[in-house]
Amino acid sequence: MLSRTAENLYWLARYVERAEYLARTIEATLRVTALPNTYIGQTNEWDSALLTAGVSAAFYEIYEEANETNVVEYLSFSTANPSSIRNCIEAARLNSRSVRTALTGEMWDTINSAWLELQSAWSGGAKTREQLANFLRFVQETSLRFDGSAYRTMLRNDAYWFSRLGLHLERADNTARILDVKYHLLLPEDEHVGGPLDYYQWTSILRSVSALTAYHWVYRETLKPWLIADLLILNDTLPRSLASCYGNLVRNLDQIGVSYGRQGAAQRHARGVRNRLEHSNMQDIFQHGLHEFIQEFIADNSRLGDIIAKQYLI
Amino acid sequence: MAVAFDEMNGPQGELRPAYEELSRWLKETPPDALEHRRQEAELLFRRIGITFAVYGDSESTERLIPFDVIPRIISGKEWTLLEKGLKQRTRAINMFLKDIYHGREILRAGLIPDDLIFQNPVFRPEMNGQDVPHDVYVHIAGIDIVRTNPDEFFVLEDNARTPSGVSYMLENREIMMRLFPDLFARHRVAPVEKYPDELLSCLRSVAPRSASTEPTVALMTPGVYNSAYYEHSFLADKLGVELVEGRDLVVKNDEVFMRTTEGLKRVDVIYRRVDDDFLDPLTFRPDSALGVPGLMSAYMAGNVTLANAVGTGIADDKAIYSYMPEVVKFYLGEEPILKNVPTWRCREPGDLAYVLDHLSELVVKEVHGSGGYGMLIGPAATKATIEAFRDKLKREPEGFIAQPTLALSTCPTCTESGLAPRHVDLRPFVLTGSKNVSIVAGGLTRVALKEGSLVVNSSQGGGTKDTWILDE
Repeated sequence: MLSRTAENLYWLARYVERAEYLARTIEATLRVTALPNTYIGQTNEWDSALLTAGVSAAFYEIYEEANETNVVEYLSFSTANPSSIRNCIEAARLNSRSVRTALTGEMWDTINSAWLELQSAWSGGAKTREQLANFLRFVQETSLRFDGSAYRTMLRNDAYWFSRLGLHLERADNTARILDVKYHLLLPEDEHVGGPLDYYQWTSILRSVSALTAYHWVYRETLKPWLIADLLILNDTLPRSLASCYGNLVRNLDQIGVSYGRQGAAQRHARGVRNRLEHSNMQDIFQHGLHEFIQEFIADNSRLGDIIAKQYLI
Repeated sequence: MAVAFDEMNGPQGELRPAYEELSRWLKETPPDALEHRRQEAELLFRRIGITFAVYGDSESTERLIPFDVIPRIISGKEWTLLEKGLKQRTRAINMFLKDIYHGREILRAGLIPDDLIFQNPVFRPEMNGQDVPHDVYVHIAGIDIVRTNPDEFFVLEDNARTPSGVSYMLENREIMMRLFPDLFARHRVAPVEKYPDELLSCLRSVAPRSASTEPTVALMTPGVYNSAYYEHSFLADKLGVELVEGRDLVVKNDEVFMRTTEGLKRVDVIYRRVDDDFLDPLTFRPDSALGVPGLMSAYMAGNVTLANAVGTGIADDKAIYSYMPEVVKFYLGEEPILKNVPTWRCREPGDLAYVLDHLSELVVKEVHGSGGYGMLIGPAATKATIEAFRDKLKREPEGFIAQPTLALSTCPTCTESGLAPRHVDLRPFVLTGSKNVSIVAGGLTRVALKEGSLVVNSSQGGGTKDTWILDE
């Protein structure tokens, strides 16, 4: 297929995934900030929402204070923020238009309808919390519909695989960013001193990757920070864990490799990252430093993006 | 201007046979049901994304072409005549182009003045003596037809470069079949859905000899910001070929390749929807970012076929248009089946004098204009506009032609005050391959939605209708 087509499919999936992640982050932050201060302490949750979205510096060039109004506006509707939800949907639509021939009708319809709704119903942003809740639901439903229609309607060929690569790479990046911002709350078993303040932070982390219910099913335990880290990093049954994302990345890259009859640096690099995750346990990770581990992962993940681009997309 | 001929209710107000069933159906259908379907159609168009961009209009960069749900019906007998005339005209156009870029018999015979060719900016000297596969220059022609009475069809324009609109012919039909299945059941409408297949075999048939037995075809678009982008992506999808932009192509050793995820892949036939000027910055406009450096040299080497060929603009130039009846006779030795609209060539002093004297009655067009831009419709223009045009004409008479204001035929159309007659034209699409000339029975009917308006261009507030050719 055309390199440009593959690139567009890859970015299209990334934009949709990012929009959903932002919507989840805002939702989780709204929830935790609605609690009385005695439950979460004096931290500025809106600040950490900006950090997990990776747009903190750009935000402060425009705004003075990270409060609900400013951050929600900046992450959801701002045209000044290149990765606001609005801009993600705009970019997804533009990408879709460029690769219409590679999308199924259902996928195009999802993106185009979302874009039309964004123009008509959400051009003025959300005026109330209730409207905001509706907006965030709309974004998540768009992502679910897009993902579902890709899964159900696309031919299983390189177009599908490149789109999946974008999805999993973006997903891994998002999960890693939350961990990067919240690592100090996730302590190993023997050091655990977290009081009730941390409990609501933990639920918030799990909510932003839609894993709160999953946690209980997997561990059948009350929330323990080291288990949360385990779930998000190493548990390959959770679709948003780093291990699961890399399992999928390796699989999709292998499928491309088989269909083209040739493997390359992208396959090797992805396998390397996956093997490291497979052969790690939380104890070792904590011992060597969770933060260092996460930062290394973020760098490795973004390197994979560069390698894929070089190998296939340019 | 005489009262226009209405295609449903003829000159004496009598119902014409092709419209009998539709008229019955309209009487049975309550007006709000029509309105409801109209809204449904609009929703479908938006959701599918059948939009176009209007240049210089930043406010609403994507607009819908209004769709009128009342079909325009042409009887089988009328179509047979049209089809013959269109094929004849297209054959002559291809012979004319071959002649202009080779022996130039028609110039030597003195039928067309030399300078009209050689000083014409759309004439491409690069094409002199250059052979194209099977002598086909215009693979896809869109010939605009108007009628003024039951028996006469006129060619208004020949579009021989990159005619657009065929996606509307196909999508309008899809949507009509979805919205009005009953109405179809009551008619025998010739299908149009074979067009993409015919186009693909036409394109494959003109592949260069160096191509493999399974030639690779690609459709080249200027990109998502082009006004016809939807059509480009729609056609690429229906043809099952890659939709490429200039940056996706690269020329090596006079062969054209596209950049794919598996490396470079040779392209044999390019259905290009990019104008000559932008094809290759090394040959034409050096500032073009849409083109492919070296594409012309691959073309000259015969390693890639461009459809339509380079330099076809000379055949759809409005000044050349006025010579088309002679062109048909010269190459085919036949009387032209389709008439030309009488045309005054402002470059000729006698004609210019007449035009200047009758500006308020005439339609004056720029020789190189298209899309309804830059034309004067005398009867509808203000005095000031006419005077301004008079100055332009005097300054540069060779840039204009003039035609009588034709009373274009009308068809019943949904308007705010119910069904009313509105002026229409018709653009059928003629395909020329290595073996034959073919036309899918149908075309794009454009309708001027404003009462009394004669301008059907989508950029000027025109709409479209589904066009039914009855299979009788």
